Amino acid sequence: MHVLKGVSFEAQRGQVYAIVGPSGCGKSTLLYLLGLLDRPDEGEIEINGRRMSNHDDAARTAARGEHIGFVFQFHFLMLEFTALENVMMPMRKLGRLPPAAMRDRAHALLDSVGLGAKTHRLGTQLSGGEQQRVAIARALANQPAILLADEPTGNLDVRNSNLVFDLLTRLAKDNGQAVVLVTHNPEIAQRCDVTRPMRDGLFA
Amino acid sequence: MTSPNLRIAYRFLTAKKRAMVMSLACTILGVGLFIVTQATTSGFERFFTKTILGINGAIRIEDKIQDTMRSMAAAGGGDSHFARRDGVKYIEGIEEPQALMTAVREFANVRGVSAVVRGNVQLQSPFKVEDAQVFGIRLEDHLRVSDLAEQVTNGSLEDFRNSPTGALVGRVLADRLQLAVGDSLVISARGASRRVQVAAIYETGYREVDKTNVYLHQPEARSLLKRPSGATFLQISLHDPARAPQDAARLEQVLRHSVKPWQEREKTWLAVFRALRISTMITVSVFTLIASLAMFNTLAMIVLEKTKDIAILRSMGYERRDVTRIFLWQAGIVLAFGAVAGALLGAVVTWLVSQVPLPINGIFKTDRFIVTWDPAHYAGAVLTAVVMVMVASLIPARRAARLEPGDIVRGTAQ
Repeated sequence: MHVLKGVSFEAQRGQVYAIVGPSGCGKSTLLYLLGLLDRPDEGEIEINGRRMSNHDDAARTAARGEHIGFVFQFHFLMLEFTALENVMMPMRKLGRLPPAAMRDRAHALLDSVGLGAKTHRLGTQLSGGEQQRVAIARALANQPAILLADEPTGNLDVRNSNLVFDLLTRLAKDNGQAVVLVTHNPEIAQRCDVTRPMRDGLFA
Repeated sequence: MTSPNLRIAYRFLTAKKRAMVMSLACTILGVGLFIVTQATTSGFERFFTKTILGINGAIRIEDKIQDTMRSMAAAGGGDSHFARRDGVKYIEGIEEPQALMTAVREFANVRGVSAVVRGNVQLQSPFKVEDAQVFGIRLEDHLRVSDLAEQVTNGSLEDFRNSPTGALVGRVLADRLQLAVGDSLVISARGASRRVQVAAIYETGYREVDKTNVYLHQPEARSLLKRPSGATFLQISLHDPARAPQDAARLEQVLRHSVKPWQEREKTWLAVFRALRISTMITVSVFTLIASLAMFNTLAMIVLEKTKDIAILRSMGYERRDVTRIFLWQAGIVLAFGAVAGALLGAVVTWLVSQVPLPINGIFKTDRFIVTWDPAHYAGAVLTAVVMVMVASLIPARRAARLEPGDIVRGTAQ
């Protein structure tokens, strides 16, 4: 069964894209394909001009760590770790920075999402909105080329939704990163630079 | 802790405290029990081996091999007897013990060699008559091939050394004849009698020996048994008794005499000990198996509960092999603590067991439970636990690594 048919999508740095559409239209499938979490049966995916769709699992995983940041609807923090440790997690794997620099960057990122005072709190000691802000800081940790967000505000109240969306877009724009987010929220979609509605596996 | 995988493993594990404690407890018990059972089982076996080596030496040379018709004819006179065992003919006894002893001493592993003249006798005390076996020895030679010096319980070896008509009598035999040190008794054999004096009483702990064996100085024994030359057997001690079978084979080949290592001589008891060791190893393996199942259960549970964390890690660039390592590290952490604590438990329980009073007299003599302290037991216990726990951990670890992050995030992971 083909979930996506003839879909072509390009994201530019510094731009925020919203993919909208009814449930089951293929929004999340497209996002996971772009994020190299799924492998397409056909078609091509390029990141920074490098074709990734046909690479093996190890190369795709390495590309995820280096070029892609994810923000999911249900925060997906690792709850046994502090906010600081969660943000340092992708940096530790990439190993590009020395430990002290990783720590400094994690502190800076948490400061920028307004959680500088809660760096040593465990995931369980943070509210939903705070957890999502930590997730955004974590997604930005390795300075990815693209941020992929699957319903990042879907589980938050209006105030926290706006806060998280503002953070996501501001930080991405500041760092020259492309943001692609899937949302059902028309207000959020309206505030994006580009909105791509989908229906039955096609861009409308 | 610098490895991110190890850090994650530690947190995953400590998040499931109850399951972790169960796995740890099972590992500690598995390692500890392995050590205790090995220490106790091999303790008795080694003590038995020490006892029989202290009585009969590591190797005995008896009976010349009669391999040609000519030599058989040449050996036909005198007291010699022929025997046929396993298609080989033997002339009973050692004809030229001195020549053989000189040749035996050339072997590097040989520590000492003693020529012994043996014969059946009757002992008569004022109270009773008992059948016995007399062993004519040269004391200095025999002390190098036995633990006789340590086996004397009453009287002194010095008295025996200085008394040409002195006798060393086994504890059980002395009790039966109601003999004490300094008492005299009559030894009769082949129509001749000698009056000897009990110079000392010895106890090996091997009842059959303590019941029948009497040691005399060799000239006295030769006179009594009417055997002016030759010897019944040569008793040999070795620097490394474990090599006795190889040395025995070589000695037999060179000396053309029947040569038996202690392992062959005592094969019945050794087989009993081996069976006991295997039986306890099976029991202990069950404990280690339980430890590995507990670890499997803990990790399988963590895999189920941490699928989202696995998806996060994979989305952040952690590879499948990182996920595998995270779960194997968890097993490694449990094993590291379990091995150390298990070894300590094993050492403490082994010491406690060694204090348990347990009088045994029959094939050896002891008043307490015998244990051995052998680093190999500790290494074996840890190695067994490592192999079993790591094998059991591989299944959940590989299952975790196979999870597809996209499936998990969509909530469709199986």
